[in-house]
Amino acid sequence: MPAPVFIADNVTKTYTTNEVEVHALRGVSMTLFEGEMVVLLGPSGSGKSTFLNILGGLDNATFGSVSFMGKNLTDFSESNLTRYRRDYVGFVFQFYNLIPSLNAWENVALTTEIAKNPMDPQEALELVGLGKRSSHFPAEMSGGEQQRVAIARAIAKRPEVLLCDEPTGALDTQTGTLVLEALQRINLELGTTTAIITHNTAIQQMANRVYIFKDGAIESTHENETPKQPSEVAW
Amino acid sequence: MVALPVLDRKVIRDLKRLWAQVLAIALVMACGVMTLILAQGAYRSLSETQKTYYDQYRFGHIFAQAVRAPDHLKERIAAIDGVAAVEMRIVRSAILDIPQMAKPAAGIALSLPSGRKPAVNRLYLRAGRLPEGSRTNQVALDSRFAKAHGLNPGDTFSAILNGKKLNLEITGIILSPEFIYALGPGDLVPDDRRFAVFFMAQSAMEGLFDMKNATNDISLRLLRGACTPCVLEKLNRLLKPYGGTGAYKRKDQQSHAFLDAELTQLSAMAKVLPPIFLLVSAFLVNMILSRLIALEREQIGLLKACGYSSWSVAGHYAKLVSFIALLGVGIGSVAGNYMGKLMTQMYAQYFSFPFLVFDDSLDLYLIAAAISLIAALGGAFSSIMKAARLPPAVAMRPPAPPRFRSFLSFKSKRVRLLSQLSTMGLRHLLHNPVRSLLTSLGVSFALALLVSALFLTNSMDHMINVAFNKAETADARLTLPDDKAPSVLDDILRLPGVLTAEAYRQEPVILRFGPKEKRVAITGRPTNANLSRILDLDERAIQMPRTGLMLPTHLANQLGVKPGEMVTVELTKHNSVERQVRVSGTVTSYMGISASMHIDALNALVPTGPRISDLAINIDRTRLDDLYDAVKETPGLGGIAMQMLSREKFRELMDQSFTSMLVAYITIAVIVAFGVVYNAARIQLSERGRELASLRVIGFSKQEVFHVILVEMAMIVLLAQPMGWFIGYAMAAGMIQGFASDLFRVPLVVLPSTYAIASFVILTAALACALIVRRRVGKLDLIKTLKTRE
Repeated sequence: MPAPVFIADNVTKTYTTNEVEVHALRGVSMTLFEGEMVVLLGPSGSGKSTFLNILGGLDNATFGSVSFMGKNLTDFSESNLTRYRRDYVGFVFQFYNLIPSLNAWENVALTTEIAKNPMDPQEALELVGLGKRSSHFPAEMSGGEQQRVAIARAIAKRPEVLLCDEPTGALDTQTGTLVLEALQRINLELGTTTAIITHNTAIQQMANRVYIFKDGAIESTHENETPKQPSEVAW
Repeated sequence: MVALPVLDRKVIRDLKRLWAQVLAIALVMACGVMTLILAQGAYRSLSETQKTYYDQYRFGHIFAQAVRAPDHLKERIAAIDGVAAVEMRIVRSAILDIPQMAKPAAGIALSLPSGRKPAVNRLYLRAGRLPEGSRTNQVALDSRFAKAHGLNPGDTFSAILNGKKLNLEITGIILSPEFIYALGPGDLVPDDRRFAVFFMAQSAMEGLFDMKNATNDISLRLLRGACTPCVLEKLNRLLKPYGGTGAYKRKDQQSHAFLDAELTQLSAMAKVLPPIFLLVSAFLVNMILSRLIALEREQIGLLKACGYSSWSVAGHYAKLVSFIALLGVGIGSVAGNYMGKLMTQMYAQYFSFPFLVFDDSLDLYLIAAAISLIAALGGAFSSIMKAARLPPAVAMRPPAPPRFRSFLSFKSKRVRLLSQLSTMGLRHLLHNPVRSLLTSLGVSFALALLVSALFLTNSMDHMINVAFNKAETADARLTLPDDKAPSVLDDILRLPGVLTAEAYRQEPVILRFGPKEKRVAITGRPTNANLSRILDLDERAIQMPRTGLMLPTHLANQLGVKPGEMVTVELTKHNSVERQVRVSGTVTSYMGISASMHIDALNALVPTGPRISDLAINIDRTRLDDLYDAVKETPGLGGIAMQMLSREKFRELMDQSFTSMLVAYITIAVIVAFGVVYNAARIQLSERGRELASLRVIGFSKQEVFHVILVEMAMIVLLAQPMGWFIGYAMAAGMIQGFASDLFRVPLVVLPSTYAIASFVILTAALACALIVRRRVGKLDLIKTLKTRE
């Protein structure tokens, strides 16, 4: 039995804007195990991004607790959260968020320079199939390529967890498949615990486990005995 | 209530949102408006006052002195073509003894015609009446001196005139257009307590100075369109037999020359400073607006899709920019009006005017507003046009990502000269080289302003040190009303408190070299002169050569003469006898343009033989009062110039005016530096919010992320330093050129400490900006920034 990486217990998040209370999360509990790939599905506004941000240390829970490898994230100070992101978490967003003034290799080197046990930036780029594009700038690459650089940047520090928020949201099917393949390969080869947010129901077929969010809570969950290859997923 | 159009509401909200940047730009613009209104306003007021005063009180156009010109010459002078009026009078120096003042004051006595107003150079009577012709001891006294000593009509004071001590009664307090700026003998700045101008009846002066039916000072007014050189030439010919020392134009009249120099400076200030501020603010407007339009690309597309025309979109942004300009004009007008009045009043105190014509006309403000609007809209033009031309369909798509060049990219990835964070900062800097350079240039202007203000103390200190510690070290100078035999030196040495005395001779001459000529004096200097020395070009004191002329470089350049060449010397006091003299060298001199010769050589040159005309003395300071008393009682002394007091007065005035000037310049420079750096940093933050948020998510701390912004700002500010020093030095050199006159020249001295202080002020302002921006980096909303499309 793999060890749990995250244990979220009754996580609640309430935003108060203009005296209106918005309940983004209403008591979400979930355990993520080492090396597994989970997909969080749900319509927009269902709370899945808020939950992922709390896991990644970008946001705090209003109530409830999140523990990461035995440590309670809810107790972390701002600077501890920065350290936590630096050492343990890789993020991938829908809009790549590469630094336009740095080329692919340098974008990856951005994280390897501050990580404790990073891989070589070139190695990370080869893992996502971009070994030959290392000197290209973001403006010289397609959306799919940019997203794969973002993945390389996220995994080059050998993070414990990889958190992906709509990684294929801005891509067409063909390039989206390449990105998903890169994510799966990293999950399998490096054993990185991976959580992917999507509203594309087809993608759930490649996960070990699927959580379906609705109105700030987990509506249902199920496991796939044999996850599919991205190329086999029709979407 | 009329509802405001929605687009105008957007203008108001945009202004509120961008208030800090708007204010920063408006303040820079206000500096431009303020200097324009201040300098141009003061210029107009001063020149209008000058013109009115000159016209109403018939200030002369041509002036001349002679040894003794007979009264009947007047008719022949009046007959010269172009002459409108002639006035001939007696002008002599005097030593004054004022109750409650130990120091003797120097004075100048001028004669007034009896029974009529002078045809030229009339007096403005502030109180009392003019002296009566029959009374020998009545005077009309200059109002500054009267005020400084609390003297009123009816009061008396004593003076030594032509060796006779007289008790004089003040009948009136006057002002004269000839003495708007009144400088005592040996003084560098006016000293109201120690220099007096007073007028006596012609008949009284004729008796006192043994000048029956004769005068020594001639002033003319010319008809409009008169040929000035022709009049000068004819007048010189008429005066030549009577020891005429050469007529000169108004521009060489001392008081007028000083006033004119001030006016020239004001008008230069009005021409040079405002354009700098307006250019910087135009650039800032350009920067902020192009960013705003880039951010509002989709909104522009939407407005156009809704049916707004390109013109209404352009008008919308033009309104925003116009508001910034008008805010600047408003602040600048209020400040400029206030400062202008203050400055004009300061001038009125410094120069002596009977009245002030305030030229506070509206057109100046309208011009300032128009220029500012043009500058702002000019700066915004390209951005506004871009917004107007943007097709709606294109506008609603995100812009293409910026392309960067692989500058600073190393083939060998092992080499790590710079961190990726520094690489980011530097590449971003070079991605927009023109903008980076202009930002840097903006900061360098602020620095240059400081250098160009601070260096003046260096130059003045240097000038004072050279002039007083190396060249003129005498405590005082005693002038003799007429040249005397060298034996006078022994009498002077016997005066109480006189430690040493050296005798000098002054000889008015005209120097000619080729087609050029210059009216100057030759100073005859003794061997081993210690109290008044000549300095070589390296400012070292040197011995006077036994033969030949030593010329100040300023004079040698004007004549175009080099050492070794012969110049013609016309002895104007001695029937204009001409002699050929070799120029034996050039010397450094910051004051006056006197040529120098060995006194023996000069004595040999002049037909009258050995004579002395003034004495430099060093004084035992414990016996000052005894000396003052002796001077006041000694007949035969023409006047005393207390050089030790002149120096103190000069320093005092310099310190006063420099302190207020420096405060003004530092304030202005900080506003400009702050405006430029703050706007540049805010724009950077806006353009790179996404990058910076990414860095925070990856795990960089706030401090590290701030470092990216800091690297770029630091590069810009550091690059501005040498540029600012250079521009500042050039501005300083320009100012020095502007100052240079026959009266004095200021050496160009910019000490390293001046650059250092200027840089320190600018770097401190930049650092303060950085700290403000740092707080904004801390407030970046990571999730919101990263999850929205650029």
